[in-house]
Amino acid sequence: MREMIRLFVVVLLFSCVSGGLLAVVRSGTQERIEYQQLKFVKGPTIKQIMEGCSNDPLIDRFKIIDGDKERSFFVGVFDGKRNVVAFESFGKGFGGKIGVIVAVNLENDTIVGIGVTTHSETPGLGSRAKSEPDLSSQFTGLSINEPFKVTADDGKIDSISGATITSRGVCGAVVVSAGIYARLKTKIMEKVKA
Amino acid sequence: MAKTVVQEFTKGLWAEIPPFRLVLGLCPVLAVTKTVENGVGMGIATTFVLVCSNVLISLLRSTIPKQVRIACFIVVIATFVTVVELVMQAFAYPLFLKLGIFIPLIVVNCIVLGRAEAFAAKNGVVASFADGLGIGIGFTLSLTALAIFREILGSGTFTIPISSVSIPVFGPGFEPFTFMVEAPGAFVCLGLMLCIMNMLGKK
Repeated sequence: MREMIRLFVVVLLFSCVSGGLLAVVRSGTQERIEYQQLKFVKGPTIKQIMEGCSNDPLIDRFKIIDGDKERSFFVGVFDGKRNVVAFESFGKGFGGKIGVIVAVNLENDTIVGIGVTTHSETPGLGSRAKSEPDLSSQFTGLSINEPFKVTADDGKIDSISGATITSRGVCGAVVVSAGIYARLKTKIMEKVKA
Repeated sequence: MAKTVVQEFTKGLWAEIPPFRLVLGLCPVLAVTKTVENGVGMGIATTFVLVCSNVLISLLRSTIPKQVRIACFIVVIATFVTVVELVMQAFAYPLFLKLGIFIPLIVVNCIVLGRAEAFAAKNGVVASFADGLGIGIGFTLSLTALAIFREILGSGTFTIPISSVSIPVFGPGFEPFTFMVEAPGAFVCLGLMLCIMNMLGKK
C-alpha cells in the first residue's frame, strides 16, 4: 500500500510541475501568439480592406464581450479620425463556415469594405470569393443595415457564377455582422473614443 | 560501456542515425519532408525535445520509480513538446501552420521515448545530453537530406529554411515529379537512401 501511494505521489508531482511550467510558458507567449494569428490569418484581409489607414489596425484593437462570446474589433484611422472598425462574422457556405471581416464607418454606418478570411469552399469556384474582388467589392459604400441578398433571392448582390451558395454565405455573414454592429454600437463607440 | 562523450555524440550522426539506422519515428519523417524548410523545422523541434527530455530524465532517473517510469517520461516529453509548440506559434507561425499536427505528435515519436527509455534512464547527464544532441542532429540531417531529394524532384524547387524563399531548380520547363512529394514517394526515397547507406557501410 505504501508503495502504491509513493508511485501515485511521484506521478502527481510530475504532472503538477509540468502543468505549472506550461501555464508560465503559455501566459508568456499568449499575447504574441494572438498577434501572430491575427497577422497571418486575418491580417492580410484586414490590411486589404482598410487600405489607406494611417495606423496598424492589428495593434489598435479591443475586445467586447457579446453574450457568451468575446469579439475582437480593429480600429482604422482615416483622415486623422478613429472612424472605422472592422470585425469578423461567419456565414454558412458550401463547404463550411466562411469568415468575413466587415469594416464599418462609424459616422454614417456604411461599409468601408469586406473581405473573406477563412473558408473551405470549392477551389476555383467558391474560393474566388476570397481571391477575386468581384463579390466583396459590391458591398463597399452600402449601408450596413441593408438586407443583403444575392440576385437569385431577389437581392441586389450579383453572385459569383457557379458559387451561389458561397455568395449567399458571404451575404449571410454581412447580415450577421450588421446584427452584431447594431447590438454593440454604443460599446464600440465608447471603446473607440477611450 | 566505456564510451566517451564524443562517441555518444557521434554515434547519432552515422552509426545509429535515425531514421536510417534507428528505424523509428517514421510518421513525421514521411509526412513533413515535402519541403526543405519543413524538414529542418521538424528536425530542430525534435532535437530540442530530445535534448531537454534526455537531460531531465537522466537527472531524475533515481527518483522515478520503475513501475511508473513510462508515465513519467511521457509527462516530461509532453511538457517540452507543448513548450516547443507554443514557442513556435509565437515566433514562427507560418512554419507552425505547415507542420500543424506533427508538432504535438512529437510526444509519441518513438525516437524520443526510445532514447529516454534505452539511454537516459541508465546513463549520466553529460552522456545523455551528448546522446540526445547527436541523435537529434542526426535526425535533422536525415530529414533535410530526404527533404532536399524529395522537394527538388517532386516540386522542382528548393525552399531556403527560415526565409521561406523557394528557388526553382530546373527552370520553367520542368514538369514536377509529384509522386515524390506524396507519401509513397517518401517510402521509396527512404528505402533508396537506406540502400545507399548500407552499400557505403559495407566497404
